[in-house]
Amino acid sequence: MATAPLSLKELSKKEILFAPGHRMCAGCGAPVIVKMVLLATDYQIVAGNATGCLEVSSCISDFTSWKIPWIHNAFENAAATVSGVEAMYRSLKKQGKIDKEIKFIAFGGDGGTYDIGFQSLSGAMERGHDMLYVCYDNGAYMNTGIQRSSATPVGADTTTCPAGDVVQGKPQQRKDVTKIMAAHGIPYVAQASPSHWQDLVKKVRKALDIKGPKFMNIIAGCNRGWRSQTNDAITLSRLAVETCYWPLFEIENGITRITVKPKEKRPLTDFLKPQGRFKHLFAPQNEQLLKSAQEQVDRYWERLLKEEACFAPASESEDTKE
Amino acid sequence: MGKVVAVTGNEAVAEALRQVNPDVCAAYPITPQTDMMQRFASFASNGKVKTEVILVESEHSSMSACVGASAAGGRVITATSSQGLLLMLEIVFIASGLRLPIVMPVVNRAVSAPINIHGDHSDAMAARDAGWIQLWSENAQEAYDNAIQAFRIAEHMDIRLPAMVCLDGFIISHSIERLEYLDDKTVSDFVGEFKAVNPLLDVEHPVSYGPLILTDYYMEYRKAHDDVMSRVSKVVLDVAADFKKISGREYGLFETYRLDDAEIGIVVLNSAAGTSKDVIDDFRNKGIKAGLLKPRLMRPFPYNEVGEALKHLKALCVLDRADAFGASLGPLCSDIMSALYQYKDKPIIVNKIYGLGGRDFMPSQAEYALNDLVSILNTGKIKTLKEYIGVRE
Repeated sequence: MATAPLSLKELSKKEILFAPGHRMCAGCGAPVIVKMVLLATDYQIVAGNATGCLEVSSCISDFTSWKIPWIHNAFENAAATVSGVEAMYRSLKKQGKIDKEIKFIAFGGDGGTYDIGFQSLSGAMERGHDMLYVCYDNGAYMNTGIQRSSATPVGADTTTCPAGDVVQGKPQQRKDVTKIMAAHGIPYVAQASPSHWQDLVKKVRKALDIKGPKFMNIIAGCNRGWRSQTNDAITLSRLAVETCYWPLFEIENGITRITVKPKEKRPLTDFLKPQGRFKHLFAPQNEQLLKSAQEQVDRYWERLLKEEACFAPASESEDTKE
Repeated sequence: MGKVVAVTGNEAVAEALRQVNPDVCAAYPITPQTDMMQRFASFASNGKVKTEVILVESEHSSMSACVGASAAGGRVITATSSQGLLLMLEIVFIASGLRLPIVMPVVNRAVSAPINIHGDHSDAMAARDAGWIQLWSENAQEAYDNAIQAFRIAEHMDIRLPAMVCLDGFIISHSIERLEYLDDKTVSDFVGEFKAVNPLLDVEHPVSYGPLILTDYYMEYRKAHDDVMSRVSKVVLDVAADFKKISGREYGLFETYRLDDAEIGIVVLNSAAGTSKDVIDDFRNKGIKAGLLKPRLMRPFPYNEVGEALKHLKALCVLDRADAFGASLGPLCSDIMSALYQYKDKPIIVNKIYGLGGRDFMPSQAEYALNDLVSILNTGKIKTLKEYIGVRE
């Protein structure tokens, strides 16, 4: 579909389809992501939303921030719900009762995606619905008060894996849901960050032009849960990318491509240090935990580079260099 | 008169669903419903329906997809049993709260533990207060007829609520009976075109479904739901009157059998009513004035009408094919007692739990129940308010 050139000037002319006045916390990354996703496209969108921060804050009767058709069903079923909407669209289109071109997006947080909504998501992706699932990943159940999820990074202090005398935050690694979605063999999977808006917008555009199930995982800063400042959601997202904690890549028809390669890979501590949830890791006795976290990031990044190299075309395309 | 066939209950309901030809069906297999949805999927595979069939990965997702599809703006079905109904129960409440007229046959089956695949009413009774309409069916003909009428009731502009059509697992779902099918055009004209209300797919008029409503207005929404429930009985009767015109078959809020001049009576749901009616005939032949009431509209329960129909009895036995553990009485008995509480002169009521996990309901059990009522009339004494019958001691 013809879309406006990718410039802030052009995007700023578009109507914001996620209206202000919602009750997300000051400095939350999620509404920024929703705005970017909806600005990215000229398609008419119907959206679904899992229960969570975004949902409870964006549609409180009789007000809604959604200027597009929107449905919230429950916590664990945004993917199944949107798969139903999409199936009805196909049915009515086949019967000639609707002729518009409409695209479908489901939004869920990491709890609603990695954990309780995982089966629903897996089922919808496997069935091949023409829909994009967008996970805004802030790394914990922030809506209920910062409880650990399977997206919570190792070592993070949450209210259910608090850093204490014997436990140093979350003992387990994050679940790699992006790769798990790729393992479904769906046509498009990507990771994005609102700090790299061009990359994010390009990925949304590409995803919506591909027929079939698509998944995007987008890092979303949460100053309440990350114990950081209200003005640093974008800065921290950028640090997540520059430390390779949150690599920006896409897997299109099984082919991995890293879309943004940091000029210089920064140490993981640059991302961890400004966040209160990792404060305890900087105590002298936890040096080993920090080292191990860095090693995990390194291993993941090296593996990603190798995956990309497996499929690399003869010459590397220009846009992979930041 | 329609075509006379010999088919199972599942086959009959699948045929009704084919004739209604919904826009979307989301289905997940569970015994004893499986065979109904297999048949429907085969209609879709062979181009006999226009339906998009979504073969989901769980019942939770089948009801979730139904909610999405119905809100999108079309006619939607699913079907389930037992654990499937329990798994989707969270979303069953949401479907009615969002006022989405989904139609769902429930092939009644026992619930775990212990796991048991056979027929009883524990599943639908667990969902009875979820804000859905429930129509119960004695046999395959009633299941077929109820399935067709359910669409008209659920989609009525005064109602817009989801509806379950209950039929007994295996006893009805898998037994072959004689019944009459209506022809396709008659069914299709009867249910009519689906009228969408605030569809998501109307992108020119965006709506938000599923808002957060806290202490300020939640209660008003729930009251509105209750108000809608109070309008269902009338619509059920209006639709039944129209259905009689095309089928010759008569339906009400409940069925009565030899009840008008009866002194003692049985109240029972679904297939056991057939056996009970035979036994009532035997008692009548012996000069004992026995009768029966079989609820059809279980939710919303027509308390006033049921009360009026039963108040003249001297004693009655409510047969429950489910228990409500810890509530002292079975779920149907609680409703019948509530219906009769308003009358100064009312029958003595006893409750018997029968047929759990598919245990056969034998004529001897109906005889036992009626003999108990005769003894109550003779002695004026109740031996046991509630007891399990047909059970090893």
